[in-house]
Amino acid sequence: MDSFVYLKRRIINKAMLFFSYASALIGVVVLFLILFHIIVKGITSINLHFLIRLPTPPGEPGGGIANAIIGSFIVVGIASLIAIPVGVMSGIYLSEFGENKFASIIRYFADVLNGIPSIVTGIVAYMFVVLPMHRFSALAGGIALSILMIPIITRTTEELVRMVPDTIREAALALGVPQWKVILLVVLRTASTSIITGIMLAVARVGGETAPLLFTAFNNSFMSFKLDQPISTMTVLIYNYASSPYPDWNSIAWGTAFLLILIVLIVNIISKMFTYKKYSL
Amino acid sequence: MKYRRIGDHTIKFMSLFFASLILVLSAGIVYELIKGSQDSMSTFGWRFIITSTWDPVSKVFGALPFIFGTVVSSVIALIIAFPLSIGIAIFLSELTTKTIKFYVSLMIELLAAIPSIIYGLWGLFVLAPFLQTKVEPILSKYLGFVPLFQGPPLGVGMLTAGLILSIMIIPTIASITRDIFDTIPTLYKEGGFAIGMTRWEVISKIVFPQARSGMIGAVMLGFGRALGETMATTMVIGNSPTISASLFSPSYTLASVIANEFTEATSKIYISSLIELALLLFLISMIFNAIAKLFIKKGRFS
Amino acid sequence: MAKKLVIEHLNAWFDNIQALKDINLDIEENSVTAVIGPSGCGKTTFVRCLNRIHEVVDKAKVSGKVLLDGKDIYSSDMDPVLVRRRIGMVFQKPNPFPTMSIFENVAAGLRLNGLKKKNELADAVERSLKMAALWDEVKDKLYKSAMALSGGQQQRLCIARTIALEPEIILMDEPASALDPISTAHIEELIQQIKEKYTIVIVTHNMQQAARVSDYTGFFLLGELIEFNKTSDIFTNPKDKRTEDYITGRFG
Repeated sequence: MDSFVYLKRRIINKAMLFFSYASALIGVVVLFLILFHIIVKGITSINLHFLIRLPTPPGEPGGGIANAIIGSFIVVGIASLIAIPVGVMSGIYLSEFGENKFASIIRYFADVLNGIPSIVTGIVAYMFVVLPMHRFSALAGGIALSILMIPIITRTTEELVRMVPDTIREAALALGVPQWKVILLVVLRTASTSIITGIMLAVARVGGETAPLLFTAFNNSFMSFKLDQPISTMTVLIYNYASSPYPDWNSIAWGTAFLLILIVLIVNIISKMFTYKKYSL
Repeated sequence: MKYRRIGDHTIKFMSLFFASLILVLSAGIVYELIKGSQDSMSTFGWRFIITSTWDPVSKVFGALPFIFGTVVSSVIALIIAFPLSIGIAIFLSELTTKTIKFYVSLMIELLAAIPSIIYGLWGLFVLAPFLQTKVEPILSKYLGFVPLFQGPPLGVGMLTAGLILSIMIIPTIASITRDIFDTIPTLYKEGGFAIGMTRWEVISKIVFPQARSGMIGAVMLGFGRALGETMATTMVIGNSPTISASLFSPSYTLASVIANEFTEATSKIYISSLIELALLLFLISMIFNAIAKLFIKKGRFS
Repeated sequence: MAKKLVIEHLNAWFDNIQALKDINLDIEENSVTAVIGPSGCGKTTFVRCLNRIHEVVDKAKVSGKVLLDGKDIYSSDMDPVLVRRRIGMVFQKPNPFPTMSIFENVAAGLRLNGLKKKNELADAVERSLKMAALWDEVKDKLYKSAMALSGGQQQRLCIARTIALEPEIILMDEPASALDPISTAHIEELIQQIKEKYTIVIVTHNMQQAARVSDYTGFFLLGELIEFNKTSDIFTNPKDKRTEDYITGRFG
């Protein structure tokens, strides 16, 4: 046996494995690097005023992002009100009644929509809602976000409902429970924690979106709860303030980013913990 | 079937109704995009795709600079992300314990959860200055004879955009690939160990050949994501419709120009051209994603 | 006859569960040793410790010594890759490499070790397939996929793949349990033919098979080696009551 060949094999093996470990390390380091910068640059902006005051012109201290925080919740709320029922019901259809050609077509299009670039949903909502209403509005923003949310919730609901074992369905049917009750009260209840987790993740994902809101919800320097008026959101605010030449507005952008990522990360970690506990890894 | 209750029919009908909305939505999107592009399509025709002028004043519009910017930045992202993602997938699937796998996978997924505007923020204020002061000058000094590294180091530009995009698509490629690696049965890998293969040989000669279709699909999916990415790119690419061979040069993507100029667009033809760009972006992403999904489905070991 | 493999105080764990308790035994060169016992007794874990494949599984641990020609395969300067070249293994479920042809499967180990010349490889592949009694059935379709073969053929292919490397010891983990009786007979015949060149350790849950093919037999129960002796003695005159109960079918 050629010992040179053996040595070469050992070296290649060590090199490749090293590269693999290094890649994982790079991934983790980059994550912490980004989080580090956000925390360091953003945390100084966070105080009570930041959360409850309205924005002030550049140069004037004491401003806050209260309208943007409320605005984000309103817009995401609208999107959820539309997307959760549509998504969950579609998921149920695909899972419980979805063995036919029509369902495969729906499933295919749900997958297609899943990959839609977010800016395109903004354009579509602009044409569907902003043009007819002749103004930017929270409603338009909510609808743009719902286009992104529906396919996500549909597919995760379908997968989770499918995972409920048939034995549970059969047990319920054997007790004389009608099919519709089996689906709503038994199957859905079994999958409910996972479905809620899936919805939470979809909400977090959509709450961080900016592009769909740029020409739908647009922006508003004042506090607004009206659905038919433009509204401020955290993500659009970050974009506007970060792109501005004013350093104090840049700081506010970092502060908002810190707040936003705090919410997004908490939701993601809680969801992962739910999965961990449930499957007791 | 006579004994079907009203409840059964109701739930079937209701869920079917909502599910059909997905079809209605898809059709609506395509319809609106085509309708909105009518002006531009009838004015410029097919030449729109190969025209490199983008002049709102004289109302001449062409998609070429944006197609160039979108494709090139995504290709750069892919070149960087591909080896790193596969490395991460190998680490997670073949080289660690269950606990470490769980926590590192979580961290990679957190990278995916970071909103794109925050990537843009970090890119603009941290990465771009770093590249401008520390990296680009060195590349310029030693490799400046290569057209790739010519031009002033601006910090923002094609390279920065490619880097940020690569960070953003690594989680996608890595987690799908990891899942595919996990489906390869241990039995075949042990067969490899039994004839004296090193760990890397088991991975490259047994796992890779079986995972090949899936890996291609994962890479295509990542590429599709990069093509459609808006906010992070907009903040670091320089937003200038130039076509240049240099990595340092500013550029412009389909998504970025729409994001930047849509609210400023004054003339009908301007707006219509932007909508046609959205239609192009939509079609390119959709085609990529569709092909990617085919590969991934084929790649699952059965 | 020389002692090819000497096992001293071998213990093995899966995470916290101990699968093998203080195993001590000697394997004679050019013999066939059968390892028998009821399900879960540790016989598979035992042979997997002999070629260091047990440790590939997450959270697996081994302690003790396994001396191959006097040198401990678990010593820190021994590369498992080299150990497995000298100690080959055939698995319970046939596992030919799915993406490779029949030829490539057999040649895989040789290629790894640097053998490149087309004609040398072809000779080695033919030799190994003949020894595994598979040559006649596949000689016309060497470049077809290995997965197109039947279960029994796939298993003989795995044996050919192992033999191609000319190991000193061949471990077989219930090689015929997934196969039909005719294939099983083929494999047992094979073992008789190749034992002149190799030392074989075969795990089996089929006592008649152990009696048919082996020179020595070890009986395992709950992770311990209860009795080890010449096959004829174990089956006609077992010394431990537990061995006798298992052999006569009182449990198992």
